[in-house]
Amino acid sequence: METESVLERVFKAGHLAVTSECGPPRGALPDKIREKAEVLRGHVDAVNVTDNQTAMVRMSSLTACIVIRQMGLHPILQMVTRDRNRLALQSDLLGAYAFDINTMLCLSGDHPHFGDHPMAANVYDLDSMQLIQTVRTMRDKGTFQGGEAIGNPPKMFIGAAANPFADPFELRVRRLAKKATAGADFIQTQCIYNLDKFEKWMEGVRRRRLHENLFIMAGITPLKSAGMARYMQKKVPGMDVPDELVKRLAALPKDNQADEGITIAVEAIERLKKVEGVHGFHIMAIEWEHKVPEIVRRAGLYPRPAV
Amino acid sequence: MITAERKPIQEIINFVSPYKNLLLVGCNECVTVCSAGGRKEVALLSSALQVAFMKSGRVINIRELTLERQCDPEYVEQLVPVIDSVDAVLSLACGCGVQEIARRFKDKMVFPGVNTKFMGASERPGVWAERCQGCGDCLLGVTGGICPIARCSKRLQNGPCGGSSNGKCEISPDVDCVWQLIWDRLKALGLEDRYEAILPAKDWRSGRGGGPRKIVREDLM
Amino acid sequence: MKDFEPVIVAFCCHYCAYTAADMAGSLRLCYPPNVKIIRVPCSGKVDVIHLMQAIERGADGVYVAGCLEGDCHFKTGNAKAARRVAYVKRLLQEIGIEPERIEMIMMSAGMGERFAATAEEFTDRIRRLGPNPVNLMGATKTHDPHNASPAQKESAAR
Repeated sequence: METESVLERVFKAGHLAVTSECGPPRGALPDKIREKAEVLRGHVDAVNVTDNQTAMVRMSSLTACIVIRQMGLHPILQMVTRDRNRLALQSDLLGAYAFDINTMLCLSGDHPHFGDHPMAANVYDLDSMQLIQTVRTMRDKGTFQGGEAIGNPPKMFIGAAANPFADPFELRVRRLAKKATAGADFIQTQCIYNLDKFEKWMEGVRRRRLHENLFIMAGITPLKSAGMARYMQKKVPGMDVPDELVKRLAALPKDNQADEGITIAVEAIERLKKVEGVHGFHIMAIEWEHKVPEIVRRAGLYPRPAV
Repeated sequence: MITAERKPIQEIINFVSPYKNLLLVGCNECVTVCSAGGRKEVALLSSALQVAFMKSGRVINIRELTLERQCDPEYVEQLVPVIDSVDAVLSLACGCGVQEIARRFKDKMVFPGVNTKFMGASERPGVWAERCQGCGDCLLGVTGGICPIARCSKRLQNGPCGGSSNGKCEISPDVDCVWQLIWDRLKALGLEDRYEAILPAKDWRSGRGGGPRKIVREDLM
Repeated sequence: MKDFEPVIVAFCCHYCAYTAADMAGSLRLCYPPNVKIIRVPCSGKVDVIHLMQAIERGADGVYVAGCLEGDCHFKTGNAKAARRVAYVKRLLQEIGIEPERIEMIMMSAGMGERFAATAEEFTDRIRRLGPNPVNLMGATKTHDPHNASPAQKESAAR
């Protein structure tokens, strides 16, 4: 093992890993994190904590991770490069490791244009690729990005995001290769609705043998309604929602659409389990966290293995 | 060129209304090319200010002059014969020019009449777009001649991000995804493999991050 | 405002609007003498500075009359003129002058009636708007900054 990360142990023991997500509150309200995380206990191996998601100010990912760690659960520290320069990022990694946090995810971050502070100066001192390199250097060489030695260097299990559905499609496998070269250990993809396109991407991934050194987790977000499906189809950049899915939901009365959304998610997991190179599932049920245990159970991923 | 846009008239009026004699100075270079502060814009602004002042029963004396450039002391020196006859200067040059006038004439108020925007190029008549951020360490040689520092909303050096959609940036359908442009160009040049070379963390010291910059050429001093 | 007679400047393109003005004359159509016609080879020759300075020098209203859309003898002159008029309207709005004081009007060479009618309508519009605010204060009589000698400028400032 490179790290003490539970996620690494699950992957290397040959199990399908399961992670989910916790969005910190827009206030100094640690109990909200505790509530959300408690729902997931026993049903996931680790919990992502988002970092000022959609460029809106929330309680910091690092502190929310500490709250979760103190509950005895395993957080995944998401870090965007939008808000902090390399000093602050490395500083937070030291802080995280000091609190027994050993798994993280490197992201660029949504542009402030979308958030509550579009007037902010975006930092982007590093991009997500360079952050992966930085964290890897801290772990493998024990030095900061600037070259100096670190006292008790953080050994992070490093994740990155991948979006097989963003344009240009032909670049998306190459981009994954780049992240692998940069030093990523695992990948969480954007939520998948177009299973055919995802499988095509995985073909490209396997052709380059990237799946041999990268643990890829398929992103799953259950649809609550036809309205949500339509919104994601039209309004969210980099999202691919096939028309059949929208129609399938729209064909039902409003009250039944949510359950159908869960069923669709479970079906997707069952299909993706069979795809070579898929090592787990990242279930993002934003503001619907209480459904995650149901999805995990119905998809046959419960109980979580003890590693 | 350095591009600029005229400041809102009301803001300019607020600057100059305490004064009776104004020197309105244009610049014959960048701001002429982007139609913000050249000879014509000086005449237009002068006319507009006159109308605005006459509306309130005042007449303001505006002396109009357009220098070849305002960023070279030799040209700013040409203001010496007229500077004493005015109470304040309104410069339509970019920020560089305004500061040079302020530096030369320490006891004269100097106001900017334009908002300096970016270093850019003409896309077509009447449209200018940002091209360069002056990062000080040009990487155009490896990105097929297209700059991600200036033209990527997140200045990613290893883009695109997951928000690229149909060749457009996630922030607006009017903004091209520069990494799509770079990829297309690398393909056209047969350099697809170059895409996978990771550009390491940038040293921003060559840019503004290292403090205000200077170039010194001793062979020319 | 009973004795307010607007002074209106009409930049008319030679190929269409000016010919239409001629036609109005041949047809013995009456239109207000307030409209002072300036013939230009093409409405596209009119620059934003001409419009602005016309207002500055006291014209109560200014319009640019060019060919119908698509018919400009010089292809796109009328389109350019229309955009410039729009630009000056915004500029006038910024300095607190009614943007309705300037306008872009299009007509063909044979439209004598339209020439007379628009001259009438525009004069009416300006009469209702009242005098150009720069005239109200009496400043224009002594003011001509672009050609004034330093001495004249001094007296204008007083």
